[in-house]
Amino acid sequence: MKPLRWRAASVAAIVALAVAGCGGGGGDSSASSEISGRGPITFATGKDVTGAVTQAVETWNDSHPEQRVRLIELPADGDQQRQQMVQNAQTESGAFTVLDLDNVWNAEFAANRWVVELPRKEFDFSPFLESAMKTAEYRGKLFSVPAYSDGGLLYYRKDLLGEVGAEPPTTREEMREICAEVLKLPAAEGMSCYAGQHAKYEGLTVNFAEAVHGAGGRIVDDRGQPTVDSPEALRGLETMVEGFRSGTIPRAAIAYKEQPNKRAFIGGELVFSRNWPFMWSQANADDGSSKVAGDFGVAPLPGITGKGVSSLGGHNLAISSFAENKATALDFIKFYTSKKQQRQRLVKGSLAPTRSALYDDPELREKYPYLDTLKKSIESAEPRPRVVNYGDVTLAIQDEVYAALKGDKQPRQALSDLQRRLEKLIER
Amino acid sequence: MSMTTDASTNSAAEAGKPGSGPPGSPGRRRSGSAAGTARLASALVSPTLLVLAVVVMYPILAALYQSLFVSGQRLDAQGFVVEGREFVGLGTYADILFGPAAERFWNAFWNTTFFTVVTVTLEAVLGMAMALVMHQAFRGRGLVRASVLVPWAIPTAVSALLWRWIFAPDGVANAVLGHQVLWSSQALASKIAVITAEVWKTAPFVGLLVLAGLQVISREVHEAATVDGAGAWRRFWHITLPLVKPALVVAVLFRMLDALRMFDLPFILIGQQKDSVETLSMLAFSEATNVHYGPAAAYATLLFAYVALIAFVFVKLLGADVIGEVRSQVPRRGGIRSRRGKGSAR
Repeated sequence: MKPLRWRAASVAAIVALAVAGCGGGGGDSSASSEISGRGPITFATGKDVTGAVTQAVETWNDSHPEQRVRLIELPADGDQQRQQMVQNAQTESGAFTVLDLDNVWNAEFAANRWVVELPRKEFDFSPFLESAMKTAEYRGKLFSVPAYSDGGLLYYRKDLLGEVGAEPPTTREEMREICAEVLKLPAAEGMSCYAGQHAKYEGLTVNFAEAVHGAGGRIVDDRGQPTVDSPEALRGLETMVEGFRSGTIPRAAIAYKEQPNKRAFIGGELVFSRNWPFMWSQANADDGSSKVAGDFGVAPLPGITGKGVSSLGGHNLAISSFAENKATALDFIKFYTSKKQQRQRLVKGSLAPTRSALYDDPELREKYPYLDTLKKSIESAEPRPRVVNYGDVTLAIQDEVYAALKGDKQPRQALSDLQRRLEKLIER
Repeated sequence: MSMTTDASTNSAAEAGKPGSGPPGSPGRRRSGSAAGTARLASALVSPTLLVLAVVVMYPILAALYQSLFVSGQRLDAQGFVVEGREFVGLGTYADILFGPAAERFWNAFWNTTFFTVVTVTLEAVLGMAMALVMHQAFRGRGLVRASVLVPWAIPTAVSALLWRWIFAPDGVANAVLGHQVLWSSQALASKIAVITAEVWKTAPFVGLLVLAGLQVISREVHEAATVDGAGAWRRFWHITLPLVKPALVVAVLFRMLDALRMFDLPFILIGQQKDSVETLSMLAFSEATNVHYGPAAAYATLLFAYVALIAFVFVKLLGADVIGEVRSQVPRRGGIRSRRGKGSAR
């Protein structure tokens, strides 16, 4: 029995080594930063729920039979999209040509050379929203083109505010005062004042960034250094924590993502809600699913000490370094971000554009009355930290902020811990 | 783990392969052409070993190798990530066990252990109870057996979603309790949520394996004990439990190995990055999605070592035989004892 065992083991070892050898090879990069080559390409994007993306791709294909674009729909969840794109890059696969990146991934993809630098002279960016353009650059170079934008809005109950004769608040303090009045109304029995997104996920980073910026602080300064251990940031976090402690924010909101927040608002449980533009049409649905249809309005987010600052959402298009036919890809990006295409996607899929003129279009404004407010929100929005290892940074933020919201940590302690962690993550 | 896998798959392969079928024959002819037989045996077994090497050994060794490196940790002057990887030896392990990552690792380690101990204990008890009920002869027994299996048949991800709705702030659980518990954010509550969902889903599995064990116990043993004047409780402790033990031990071992790599349930039910329910698999996943492949491989390797250790200790202590022998042993033992029992009763 013994010799057999021994031989078996050596066979296993040899095979393992041989396979390992195969796996280790092929590290030569096929990446090229040159933008050339024409032919069929693919477009990797999140699930096309509204059909607007498919429509754009079909329009392109009708006029470019030799350079067709194949749509690759990734899962709806952002983390999973990122994962698949990272895997695609890690294996240096040519499967994805044009990547639809959440704008916080721009730095990571650029720094890893997973996407190519784009020639600025090929584009005219003057009609684009300035804040959106900030997310397309990494260290002064252009790596992606903003295709969609997004900003937070304060949804409020027009009917209830009208009853107490209040205007939409511009600061959190005003919001609390209005709530105090509104919640005395018999119609507001059992309601809560305000909720954003406070569950432990990306939405918490978004809401925390808004609180810090709304108090005049910064998470990361212009040189890329973390600055959360500041009185302003503390003020921002304390406002969030105080909201939970005083009951201004309902207890259940610690588990809120966008959808539960929406359910609470359209179910008539909240006077104020911070959410994205997508909620507008659902809150306004007159099929009985919304209790607040016609009774709500939108306003820019309230600030804490100064003006309210939204976190900037949105997606940018970039070209994978490992793909062929990059010249076609560049043309497709131009086409996709053109005014005509953005307008069409806004009409069909209510996807917010990155060109400012579309927000002033009277026809569109009639269809989407929130456009004016959204433009203000986006224009004054701040991108989330633009760092290479954004994944680590956002996790550190979520860890510390969540601990503070739950009352496990004093806000001051949470922020000094966060500062320490960010310094370690960002120094590199 | 490697030991048990090797042992089990070898014996499975031997049982399944015509060439390695007569394990007794080389023994008989050992003095004769022993070398030739050994060569033939190794030739016949080698395809299996080859497959094992590719699907078992290679990933393990690759993970071990990868855990000795880190990559993508530095930026050059232009802000690009420096390509290639850097050998750090056991540095990653040191960081995990004693260094900056230690707090998170040990938290996940204790969560994993806690979930395993608690859920497997509950499952063994409930599974045993289910099996005893299903073993009784009553009308609709087939229906009960089938319906008990339903939770087990539902994919974990789907059952995690179901339980997430139940444990939502405005969900059924809170409505029944009449009190707002925030299941996804309170530490103890989220642990309870995970344990409830896990036990609900997997107790039927234990129940079914134990039922199989119960069915091979001869009815005569019980009858004999009853004649001897043993009460129901005594019969359970002294007859049912010892005789069903081999099946139960195997069920518990399977469940333990399963529970140690628990991932999807807490991930979907409670969410990522929640200290209260983060397990070792979730930790490895979280590092891998943030492109830290070295640490991710290190976490996976540590989890593997832990699982291997537990399996080894369990097999040594309780003598769980994972494959084969259960089938041959249970009837034999049961048979012998029943005959003896009958003899003494008469």
